[in-house]
Amino acid sequence: MRDIIIAELTQALQELVRGFAHYLPRLIVMLIIAFIGWVIACLLKLLVRSVLRLTRFSKLSENSGATHLLNQAALPSSTELLSRFVFWVAWVGFILLGVNVLGIVGLQEYIARFFLFLPRLFVALVILFFGLLAANFFARAALLAAVNANFRSSRLLSISIRIIISIFALSMVFEVLGVAEQTMLIAFGTAFGAVMLGLAIAFGIGGKDLAREFLEKRLMTRKKEEKEDELSPL
Amino acid sequence: MAEETLFTDDFLRQLINVGEVDIVVGLPTHNNAKTVEPVIRAIQAGILKCFPRERAVIINADGGSQDGTPDLVVGTSIDDAWNDSKVFALRTLHSISTRYARAPEPGTALRTILAAADLLRARACVVVSPDSSTIEPDWLQRLVTPVYNDNFDLVSPIYRRQKFEGVLMRNLLYPMTRAIYGQRIREPYASEFAISGRLATDFLAQGIWNDDWRRTGAEIYLTITAITGKYRVCQSFLGTKTQPNRGAGDLVAAMRRTVGALFSSLDGNFPLWSTIAASQPVTTLGAQSEVMQEPVGVNRKHLREMFSTGVAELEPVFRSILSSSTLSALQRIATLEVSEFSYPADVWAKTVFEFAASYHKSVISRDHIIQALVPLYRGRTLSFLLENRDVSGEEIETNVESLCHEFERLKPYLLEAWADRK
Repeated sequence: MRDIIIAELTQALQELVRGFAHYLPRLIVMLIIAFIGWVIACLLKLLVRSVLRLTRFSKLSENSGATHLLNQAALPSSTELLSRFVFWVAWVGFILLGVNVLGIVGLQEYIARFFLFLPRLFVALVILFFGLLAANFFARAALLAAVNANFRSSRLLSISIRIIISIFALSMVFEVLGVAEQTMLIAFGTAFGAVMLGLAIAFGIGGKDLAREFLEKRLMTRKKEEKEDELSPL
Repeated sequence: MAEETLFTDDFLRQLINVGEVDIVVGLPTHNNAKTVEPVIRAIQAGILKCFPRERAVIINADGGSQDGTPDLVVGTSIDDAWNDSKVFALRTLHSISTRYARAPEPGTALRTILAAADLLRARACVVVSPDSSTIEPDWLQRLVTPVYNDNFDLVSPIYRRQKFEGVLMRNLLYPMTRAIYGQRIREPYASEFAISGRLATDFLAQGIWNDDWRRTGAEIYLTITAITGKYRVCQSFLGTKTQPNRGAGDLVAAMRRTVGALFSSLDGNFPLWSTIAASQPVTTLGAQSEVMQEPVGVNRKHLREMFSTGVAELEPVFRSILSSSTLSALQRIATLEVSEFSYPADVWAKTVFEFAASYHKSVISRDHIIQALVPLYRGRTLSFLLENRDVSGEEIETNVESLCHEFERLKPYLLEAWADRK
């Protein structure tokens, strides 16, 4: 009985050692891949940071309003955030490659999914950035044009344009990521339609006097008003 | 070569028919049928009276007129001018026209005229505005003679103006050009001027035609090129100038082609202008300037309201452009009623310089920076109107001179803002 137990234990131990010996090189390979990945990720981070600084990305980010959003959320600068993002994506990618070498059944599918998701994540981030950039640019253009044309609700017009473009960009981001795709599309369509309908009703019914006054002012007294302000600048 | 792409075959044929000339009179037009005929007659009379022995040509660069302006230019008979002046030209006076585009393109008209002058080897090229209703035949002599006889390269005009005309010129373009480039040229953006063939050729060769800002403001860029290139510059008093009516929409366009081009010129010329500490007078033929005391109807309350609304509504934009102290000063001014309204010269000069530095750094879109200056200019206009409401022409000149000194005094402030890597 004692001998049998010892034999079984010895066999189990031998199998464990054999198994460990079988996995050890793979584990070492994984650690090496992870280390090399860390080095490459660090280099990529430095490279991305330098390129972004050289191309004055922070200014672009400031123009797009992204810096303002990041400051409000107490996050680092856009340059730092993007370089860190590249670092983590690269390193996690290498770690997963290393884990893949271990040959753990079932994990490979998730790893493949992660790599398939990366391009979509990148596209989504690009859309978000340029969406914010466009929203900020057009909102400011509308604000300036409205103020110079003496339009009364210029700030409201500008904010509306910013919100509409931002929502549009966000819905595209969610669609690319495949997160609540249908819900987001329906929500965007409903919200956009509701805003437009609301504006139409408000202007048509609620603001009919204002509309009449506005049209009368535009069509009847504009000439006189312009006449009063005619001062040649040149 | 510029001519190869600028000229149509037909226009090139017309130029070849004309041959070499001494004087080119350029007339950029777009739907000017109502005003162009008297201008053409004045030009013809001016040539007959003052340059009967010279070979001259009138070149019309049209931006797609729909009212038959080019036909009027080409078809206006010289017979009336002969009868009036009792002088006959010893040479044929040609009038030719080209449509350089279907719609007016700022800068392209001037480029076409200068390229034609270059091709015809003209000694002098004079450009005249087609809506100068007060033009006299003598204007041609006053503009061309300094180039033709005295070897000046640029003759800039001086006008007798209504006291509240040319507010942008008096409050920004003249003081800033003078402070930056050190030459006291009253009309850095002129609608009538004359240049030598040498300057025309050199200016054409400059790489401004592919840059939207510089091309749009080619007239002011020509003045700056003459100053920075050490060409011989003078001013000549022409006479009374009245401007066609302009609305608010035109103001934004005017700011783009004048202030935008002036700001844009600062980038490439920094090594030159940063070392200039004071301004020098420019040779002036005739009066220095004259002011007419005609009444003018301006809605001051409306101007004040547009300024105050602009300061309030554009605060987020101004935060990117202006320093906090200047913005605070503007916000304080915006609270003032019309009776006590004042946009002081030092605050205005600082505002303009901070805009120029922000334009240089492109803190936001450059076009947005120029547009954001419009409501502030309206505030300065109101202040100018109030300061000069009941004063004489001499006192207005003193006030303009004082503003110029303020711009010159604050030039180090611009250099500081320029270097600041905010």
